[in-house]
Amino acid sequence: MTADNQLTRAQRNDLRTVAAMIIPASDEYKVPGADDPAIQADILATLGRDTKMVTAALDHLAQLAGQPLAELDFAKRNAVAQEFRKNGGAAAATLVRVVLQCYYRDDRVLRSLGLELRAPFPKGHVLPDGDWSLLDPVKARGGTLRRAP
Amino acid sequence: MAKDPVDVLIIGAGASGAAVAWSLAETKMHILCLEQGGWMNPAEYPSTGRDWEAKFYGEWSSSPNVRGRPEDYPVNDDNSPIKVVNYNAVGGSTVMYTAHWPRLHPSDFKVKTLDGVADDWPIDYDALTPFFEENDRMMGTSGLSGDPLSPLTHPPMPQQPMGLSGAIVAKAMNKLGWHWWPSDTTVATMDYEGRARCINLGHCTPACAQGAKSSTDITYWPHAVRAGVELRTHCRVREITTDENGMASGVVYYDKDGVEQFQPAHVVIIACNGIGTPRLLLNSKSDRFPNGLANSSGLVGKNLMFHPYAQIYGYVKEPTDSNRAPPTCLWSKQWYDTDLSRGFVRGYGVQFVRGAGPVFEAVVSEQKGILPWGEDHHRVFRKLNGHRLGFSAICEDLPEEHNQVTLDPVLKDSHGIPAPKIDYTISENSRKMMEHALARGREVLEAAGATDICVNSPIPWGGWHLLGTARMGTDPRRSVVNEWGRTHDVKNLFIVDGSIFVTSGGVNPTSTIQALALYIADQMKQRLANLFD
Repeated sequence: MTADNQLTRAQRNDLRTVAAMIIPASDEYKVPGADDPAIQADILATLGRDTKMVTAALDHLAQLAGQPLAELDFAKRNAVAQEFRKNGGAAAATLVRVVLQCYYRDDRVLRSLGLELRAPFPKGHVLPDGDWSLLDPVKARGGTLRRAP
Repeated sequence: MAKDPVDVLIIGAGASGAAVAWSLAETKMHILCLEQGGWMNPAEYPSTGRDWEAKFYGEWSSSPNVRGRPEDYPVNDDNSPIKVVNYNAVGGSTVMYTAHWPRLHPSDFKVKTLDGVADDWPIDYDALTPFFEENDRMMGTSGLSGDPLSPLTHPPMPQQPMGLSGAIVAKAMNKLGWHWWPSDTTVATMDYEGRARCINLGHCTPACAQGAKSSTDITYWPHAVRAGVELRTHCRVREITTDENGMASGVVYYDKDGVEQFQPAHVVIIACNGIGTPRLLLNSKSDRFPNGLANSSGLVGKNLMFHPYAQIYGYVKEPTDSNRAPPTCLWSKQWYDTDLSRGFVRGYGVQFVRGAGPVFEAVVSEQKGILPWGEDHHRVFRKLNGHRLGFSAICEDLPEEHNQVTLDPVLKDSHGIPAPKIDYTISENSRKMMEHALARGREVLEAAGATDICVNSPIPWGGWHLLGTARMGTDPRRSVVNEWGRTHDVKNLFIVDGSIFVTSGGVNPTSTIQALALYIADQMKQRLANLFD
C-alpha cells in the first residue's frame, strides 16, 4: 500500500494546508509553496518509514483544529500552527522535516537557490585551494607539545 | 558436519578488525573474520542520488536505531544524553565517519602522572609511533606535516584545499592569535593506491561514492583477502565459547541464512567497538565465567567514554563551502592541554566544519527556531543556506565506572541476542569543558562576523567514539586486557578495538584505534611461540 493510501483525504488536505503555512509560494523568489501538487505528490510517494509519525502529527493537528485546517480563519489557523509547532514533539518535527526535505529538492526551488539539478556524484565540486600564507603567523608562534614523562 | 578449527578468528571487519587481519596475514596462519554486515556497494551511496540528503534521516542515518538495517543491532540509549552512532558492514564505522585523522598526543597516555586523574596507559606514545606511520600509509592520509601543537605526522598526500570556509576560519583564528592547522584526514587528495582523489562530493560522513574517503573495505581488506584472510559476511556472533581449561574454543554465530553455527578457533580476537565488544563478552557467560567472559575485574562494560561534542555554529555574510566539500578542514589544539585556570582538567580538540546542504540547513534551522514559517521563510533561508560555519569541540571524557554498557533485559536483535543498554551521564568536568569550548567558539564565530549563533551541546547523535569498556592495564583487578591486548582471564582471547582505551584524549580516535590494533598484531607475531604463556 502506498503512503498516499495510508493518509485519509482529510489528512492529505491538512498536510497540504500546513505545508503552505510552513512555506508559501513566492512571486519574489519565483518558487512554489510546499502545497504545490508536485511537491505534495513527492511527499506522499516517499513518506515510507515516516508514515506513522506523520499520521500521528496530522491526528494531533486535527485534534487542535477541530475541523479541517483550511476552514479555520487566519488567526485561528495560526494559533493552531503555533501550538502544533511548540508542543507537537517528535511527530510534528517529522512532518515538518518531510515537507522540507521534499521542498528543497524540487527543481524549481533549487534553481531559485542557484543550485545545480544533479546528484553530487560523479561531477563533484571544485574548492579554492586558499591562501596558505594565512598559516604563517601560526608557524611563527610555534609551540611545543606537552611533555609526557 | 563440524567445521575445522581456524588458527585465528577475528570478530568484526571494521577499523581495527581489518588492520589486525592484514597484519597477521603475513604469518600464513588460517585467519577467518566473521562480520555481521556485508560488503558495501558504492553505487548505492547517497551522493549518487538527488535525494542524498533525505537518506540521512532514514536508511543512511548514523543511528543504528533509526537506520534499522538487518545488519544493525538495536541499542537502548534512552538513559544517555549522547546516542550511539555506528555502522555495521565490511569497513564498519569507517564507512560512515568524517575521516578526521588526529592522533592521541603523547601526554594522553600519562594522564594520572601529569594531571592526577584517571589512569596512565600501560604503553606510551612511542610504542605506537611505527604503527601510526604504517597505518597512515595503509589508510592513505592527507595533511600538512609540522603542526607545532600536534604529534609529528608524515601524510603521504597534501592537505585538503582550504576552501571558502577554511579561509574565513583561518582569518578569524589569526585575529584572535589562536592555533589552527589543516587537519590530517583520510580523504585522498590525489590518486592513491588505486583510490581516486577527492572530487568534493559533499558531506563524506555517509560513505564516499568516489572512494576517496578511506574506509577499510577499500584499504586494508583487499590486501588482507589477497593475502589469504577469509572474510565471511552476514555472520553475527552470539557468544564466545570456552573449553575445560578456560581457553576460548570458538564462537557460536548465525550465518547469512540465520542458521546457528559453531566455528572452532585457536585464537579469538574481538574487534567490535566499545559497545559491541562488552555486549559480546557479557553475552558469553558460562559456569566458569558467570559474570561474562574476561570479566573477573568486573570492568567489562564499565568506564564508557564518548567524547561529548560541544558544537556552536553561526552564519557569515560570505558564502561558505556548504555541502560542496568534505565536512572538516581545519583543526585547533589551542585548548588541548590542561590549564587549571580554566576550571577543569584536561582539554579538547576543535574541528571546524565547512557547512551544510540545503535540506539539512532547513530542517535544523527550523528546529532551532531561526527559520520561520510563512512569508519570511524564503528570505531567511537564503540568508542561512550556504553561509554556515561551525566549531565543534571534542571534549576529553574521563573514565567513570557508572558510565556503562550492560545487557538490556528486554531488547534483542533480529537473532534474539540481548542488545546493549547504555547508562551514561556527562561529568561536571566535561560540562565545564564544554562551556569553555562554547565560549571560545562564540569568540571565533564573532571574529568571523557570524550572526544567528546556535548551539548543540552535547550533539545528541554524537556517540561516534565508543571507548573504554574493556580497558588496558597491567593489574588484572583494574583492567580487562594486558599491555598487549590479551585478556587477563583468557589467554587466547584478544581485544583490539576502542574498548581497550584507558583514557579518551580530546581527538577522534580511529587513527589510534588502528595503531593499537597493528601494535597488538605485532606483539602477537613476536610471541607466536609462547602466545599463551
